[in-house]
This record gives sequence, structure tokens and C-alpha cells, in this order.
Amino acid sequence: MYKHVLRPLWVALAVIAVVLVARQFMVPADFGVHGKTFTYGFYRLGNVEEWKAFPVKYQGQSRCAKCHTENSAEIAGSKHANIECENCHGPGVNHPKQVKKLPINGSRDLCLRCHQFLPYPGSLRSELPGIDGAKHMRRSECRKCHNPHHPDLEDM
Amino acid sequence: MTCSRRDFMKQSLGALAAATPACAVVLLTQEDARAAVGDSKVRWAFLVDTEKCVGCGLCVSACKTENETPYDAPVTRTWVERYVVTKDGETHIDSPLGGRDGFIDDKIRDQTIEPDDIAKAFFVPKLCNQCENPPCVQVCPVGATYQTNDGVVLVDRTWCIGCGYCIMACPYGVRFFHPVHKTAEKCNFCYHRITQGMEPACVQACPFEARKLGDLRDPEDPVTKVISNERVAVLKDEYGTKPHVFYLGLDEKVR
Amino acid sequence: MSAELVVHGAEWTAKELFVYPNEFIYWSIQIVMYPYMTGLVAGAFVLSSLYHVFGQKDLKDIAQFSLVFSLALLPVAALPLLLHLQQPLRAANPLLTPHFTSAIAAFGIVFSTYGLIVLSEIWFVYRKYFVEQVAALRDQPGVSSSLRRAVYRVLTLGAYDTSPGAIAADRKAARILAAVGIPVACFLHGYAGFIFGSVKANALWMSPLMPVIFIMSAVVSGIALCMLTYIVIMEWQAFRSRRCGGLRKASEISGAETEIIGKASRYLLGFLVAAISLELLDLIFRGYTAMKSWDILRSVMYGKDFVNIFVLQYTLGNLVPFILLVLPKLTIRRTVVALLLVLFGVFMMRWNVVIGGQAFSLSFAGYMHYEIPLIPHSVETFKEGVLGALMVMATPFFLFWMINKFVPSLRRDLETGQS
Repeated sequence: MYKHVLRPLWVALAVIAVVLVARQFMVPADFGVHGKTFTYGFYRLGNVEEWKAFPVKYQGQSRCAKCHTENSAEIAGSKHANIECENCHGPGVNHPKQVKKLPINGSRDLCLRCHQFLPYPGSLRSELPGIDGAKHMRRSECRKCHNPHHPDLEDM
Repeated sequence: MTCSRRDFMKQSLGALAAATPACAVVLLTQEDARAAVGDSKVRWAFLVDTEKCVGCGLCVSACKTENETPYDAPVTRTWVERYVVTKDGETHIDSPLGGRDGFIDDKIRDQTIEPDDIAKAFFVPKLCNQCENPPCVQVCPVGATYQTNDGVVLVDRTWCIGCGYCIMACPYGVRFFHPVHKTAEKCNFCYHRITQGMEPACVQACPFEARKLGDLRDPEDPVTKVISNERVAVLKDEYGTKPHVFYLGLDEKVR
Repeated sequence: MSAELVVHGAEWTAKELFVYPNEFIYWSIQIVMYPYMTGLVAGAFVLSSLYHVFGQKDLKDIAQFSLVFSLALLPVAALPLLLHLQQPLRAANPLLTPHFTSAIAAFGIVFSTYGLIVLSEIWFVYRKYFVEQVAALRDQPGVSSSLRRAVYRVLTLGAYDTSPGAIAADRKAARILAAVGIPVACFLHGYAGFIFGSVKANALWMSPLMPVIFIMSAVVSGIALCMLTYIVIMEWQAFRSRRCGGLRKASEISGAETEIIGKASRYLLGFLVAAISLELLDLIFRGYTAMKSWDILRSVMYGKDFVNIFVLQYTLGNLVPFILLVLPKLTIRRTVVALLLVLFGVFMMRWNVVIGGQAFSLSFAGYMHYEIPLIPHSVETFKEGVLGALMVMATPFFLFWMINKFVPSLRRDLETGQS
């Protein structure tokens, strides 16, 4: 047999060797099978901690209540008790250290999310007190007449 | 310059054998890696109560803010769909900007539906089902998306090549390309929050308790109790994905 | 929206009725080009192997050419993917951490294997020529001659033995590689079909027939392209020799031989019939079993995409060329028309699978229309638009022209390492 016919094979093996060596440098050391199967558990382990360290934005009502005791108590005793403060005031992550005042969203669209009446039989939506936003006092902000922290129609 | 067939086999096999140990090194250290991760005590599951959802969209808005999805981009990790079934049997479905601004317009795609024509209507929140057999993970060519030991499917933004195969493989349409990071993106149950004992942003934001997160491994968990004892449904179970988002009040018209 | 904030797919997707918010046409023209180009690669190689392995002596010239053309097509098969990836700089990741449960992970390995086989086979076929060029250029003056000689020296890989025994060894090795290369070429394109066929989430793609349909139509397109390019080049050379007053020997330039073309068309017809039969079988099965997706699929295939599928692909791309090639007294001109239609038909098949599969929403309650970017105004609309596609189509011809300067695949008088 003529030995020269093996030359392309040596070239091929050299290419494979280069790729395998490159892998050692370019693939992170913690990349591998970390779950029960190769199918679903093949990944870079360090990524899990990276996601755990992702910054949290929304803090939750209990944190707001620590300082804003009056507003918290007022809304807690109203029909809006289950609405998070941050739903209307935005996330409280930087407050009060970096952001002194959180924005107050007074737009009609915010209230109409729940209170635009939709005639949907069987849906909780149609049981909420609602108006037709295109007709009822359409040039004013809702909070001009309705207190968002205590939206009691009897007080009006 | 001749050599026998035996010499040829010896030479080539020898060369191949020399190349093998290099790749073996990567495979053999998996045992240690598995020990580092361990078995999890938690299996996350989600419960959506469509009887309670009013379509306010505060969940979508909170999700976008919490998870830094560009607010004005038409992509979102979670969304709410509106179904209006009229008496003539037609189903009208929409999800404007994923329900980010709620549902204020009673028109669906500029079509007015008379209240008297409506037989039933409801809202359906959707998010990643964190499937037990996620087809999106199966098709990732590089191992950039994976399932954690507590059941959440995550995406490694530093390794994803942006081929889009996972997006095509998801039967639920929950995946998309992040407009800024240019890698695959999807809901991950707010993994950064739940691993510190907080609720996902959408669960916290919902004023009507239509969304709940639970741990299937804890028999005392209220969500686990509902899933075990009440009638719940999942989306598209015919694909064999074993989704872990369970629905109360799911209608047959839901896509 | 700022310049860097691009929702991939939003620009060229028009949604109709109810489509999930995150759904866009993510796999656009470049993903149509990719299986098209890999198909041409596989087909060109199979054509070349028909001569090397099965000893079809009449196909010697076209086989010689199609082997090298297959090499020119190979890097171009990877080009659409590089243009499509959202993170092209990470294109090596499938080679570094291949997740073998994914059909796309096979790409790096199969592609490289196939490339090495084609390169090796070309080396065995042309090694004698390389050695002769090294000797011929030794005493030639000039920088370009010494550069060419240096290239040829590298190409010989240091194997200068041109004794009859060594040449015979070359021929045997080439035949072995051609035989081994056929299943690899089939695998190269079969797995491209598997990429689509295994996606259970897509009602149009999911089918066990998909890999086979792709292989059949790939071979069709490869044979057609090689025949077409061969005809064009041979006719051009004949035209030139007539104009220049016969500077080349008459035996070299006689235009495209009708016999060769006739023989190659028989093979083309065989694969064409196989491809169309499988596609019709798939369609009939879907209609008969009428699964949940059938309503929306039917409205897409018989409604919106009717022209694309039944007129452009099935009729113009399959039936008409079939008739043209089957009718007696086949002329070169009729063949060229048939080949162009076949190439168009295979392109439409790829289009109808990739774009057609995204024409309906996962909700089965809405549609998406693909509005391909014509005039680019950004990097993305160039890469995933008409200009990007044309660039991909043109590149193999340019590469072939470059490779041909060192590996003369068109000269008939060359005694190369072929049996």
C-alpha cells in the first residue's frame, strides 16, 4: 500500500486536534451535564447563580407600610386593599435612597384597566363597578373625585 | 513504499486513540458536577384562575418592568388573552400589546361586538409552562437553555447563539428574541425573586389573586392542594411536554 | 424605539386575526436559503459519485466538474446561517458544546466531516496535476509563477510519487471516498430535513417524511445546478473558440454533449418523481387524518399559498420540467428551460416549507404574512432581505471561479487520478 494515501487523514486528525484543544480554552470549566439527563441538563452551571443575582425591582406592600403607615392603613381598610402600591406608583427598589419621590400615575387609563365596564357574562370583570370611559367625565382625571386609597362612592 | 492493510489499520486507529482522551476529560467530570447541583427539595408550579382574571394587565406591566423587557416592544414574558364568544358560535380573540395596558376597548380589531350577542367572555393569562419535558431545551444546539433541578427553564445569555430553534420548538409561543440582548428570552417564574422567598412580579401585582406560585413537593402548599384536589387543566397536553402551569376554569375555546 | 432596540421579525411580519404576541416570522429568507444551498451541495456530490462509484463512464466530465463545484458550494451553505444568527460571533458554539439532542448541533460535525471528505477526494483526483505543475513552474520567472508554485507545493502535501502504482492507489482512494461520501451527503441534507420534521410544535413541519423529502429534492437541485452550470460553461467555451478561430483543439471544445445531458436528466427525473410522490403522500395523509391543525393548514395551503404551492412549485417546478425532459428528441435548449424550472421548483419547496410553516399562528386562529425586505435600510433588513439572499446565491460561482484557477475541473485533456 502506498503510504501517501494517508496524508489527508493526518490533515483531518490535525484539524480535529485543533478543535479539541480550542475547546479546552474556549468552553467554560463548569459547562457540562448538571441535571438528570443530557437532554435537559446540559449547561453552564455558573449561569444559575447569575440569574439568582438579577436585580429585584418590586418590593411589595409590606415594605411601603413600614414608613407610609397612614396611606397603607387607609388603603388596607378599603376595597382597593389588594392593589399593590407599586402598581400605581412604580417599583420601589431605589426609594427612598436614590429616588426621593416615586411617580404618581394619575391617568384615566390606569383606573380604566379595571373600571372600564365590559359586558362579559361569567367574567369577574363585569361584576366590578365600571363606567364607559369615553362618556363619564372624560376630560378629568378619576382621582379628582375618587380617592384611589379609599374609593368609597358613599363619601362622594 | 508499501504497507500492509494491517499496518494501515494500526496507524489510523492509533491516531484516533490519541485524540480520544482529550474529549474524555470533559465527559468524565460530570459526576462531580452532579454532586455540586444535588437534588432539589422544590418543584415550582403555577396556578392560574381564569374565573378571577379581569384583564387589568397589571401583571404584564409589572413583568416588563421587573424583568427589563423593553416596555414599548411588542414582546413580553407573560401576556393576557381576551376571548369573546358570541351567540353565533364565533370566537373573537385578542391580546393588544400582550394586555400590557389592560383591555379598555370593547372593540376587537376594530370590530364592535354588541353586548347582547355575547354568550360568554373571559380572560386567560399565559406564561412559560416550565415544562417537565421542555421541547425548547431539547432542540437547543449549544446547551444555552436548560432545566434547573427545581424545574425552571433558564436561558444563558452569554452562550445563546440566537438561532431561534427554541422559539420555533415551543408549542405555546412563550419565547422571543430579546430586542436588546439579542438572545432567546422567556418567563422564568422570576427566578431571581422566588429563590429568595419572594413572589414572581406578576403574582404580586395581581389584585385578584388570579395568579399563584406553589411548590409541588410540599403537600401543605395551598397551590399543591388545589392541583391535587380540584379540577385543573393544562394547555396543549397532546404535545407531551408536561406543562407545570395549571388552569382553573379553562374553557375549551382557549387556544 | 432606539436604533439598537430591534424586535427581530417584527419588521417583515404582518399579523392577521389572532396571533400570539411573541410570534413573528423568525425564520425568514436565509433559513430558506440554507437548506437550498446544502441541497445543492449534496446533489452535486451524488452526481459526481454516480461516476466514481457506479462507473457511469459517460458522466466523467460532468462528474469532474460537479465534485469541485460541490466544494465551492460548501462554505456557501454555512453563509445563510451566519447571516441569520442573532449572535454570529458565537457561531463556533455548536462545535464547542454540541447538544446532540438538537438536529442543528449535528451541523458542525457533519458539515466538517463532509468538507474533509470532499477536500480529500479532490486531492486524490488532482494530486498528479499538482505535482506536474510544481515541476512545470520551476523555471518560470515572475512573482505570480513562484506564488502559484508555492501553492501547488502545499497542495501536494509532500506526496510527489506519480508512478502508475501510486496513481492507481489515488484512484482507489478517490472511489472509496466517493462511496463513503454518499451516505454522508445524504446525512448532511437528511438532518436538515430532520430540523423541520422533528418540530412537533409546527403543524406543517412535523412529519417523519420530511428528511426523505428534503434529500430527494436536494439531489434533484444539485444535479440540475451542475448540469446547468456545465452546459453554460461548455457552450461559452465553444462559442469563444469559434470566435477566436479555433485556438483550442476541436476534441476539447464541442459544446455540451447531448448524450451526457440526456443521461444525467434520467437520474434527475427519477429523483424528481420520488420527491413529488412523497410530498403528495404527506398532503393526502394530512387531509385524510384531519388532525386539529387541518383547518388552518387547509386554509393556508388551498387559500393563501395556493399559487405558491400548486402553481409555482408543483406545476411550474415539477410537472412542466418533467414533461419537457420526457418528450423525445431532447435539445440543449429544452433542457436548460427544464433545469431552470426545476431549480425554481426546489427553491419554492424550501420557501413553502419554511415560510409556509410560519404562515399560520400557533393559536391556529390567525395568520402571518411574510413581507420580505426589498430595499435594506439597516443591517438586519439587508441580511434577511432580497439582497442578502442574492449575495448568498452568487457566492458559489465566485468561489468556483477562484478554486478553478488551481484545480482545473473543466479541462477534458487532463489525465487526472480518475478511473
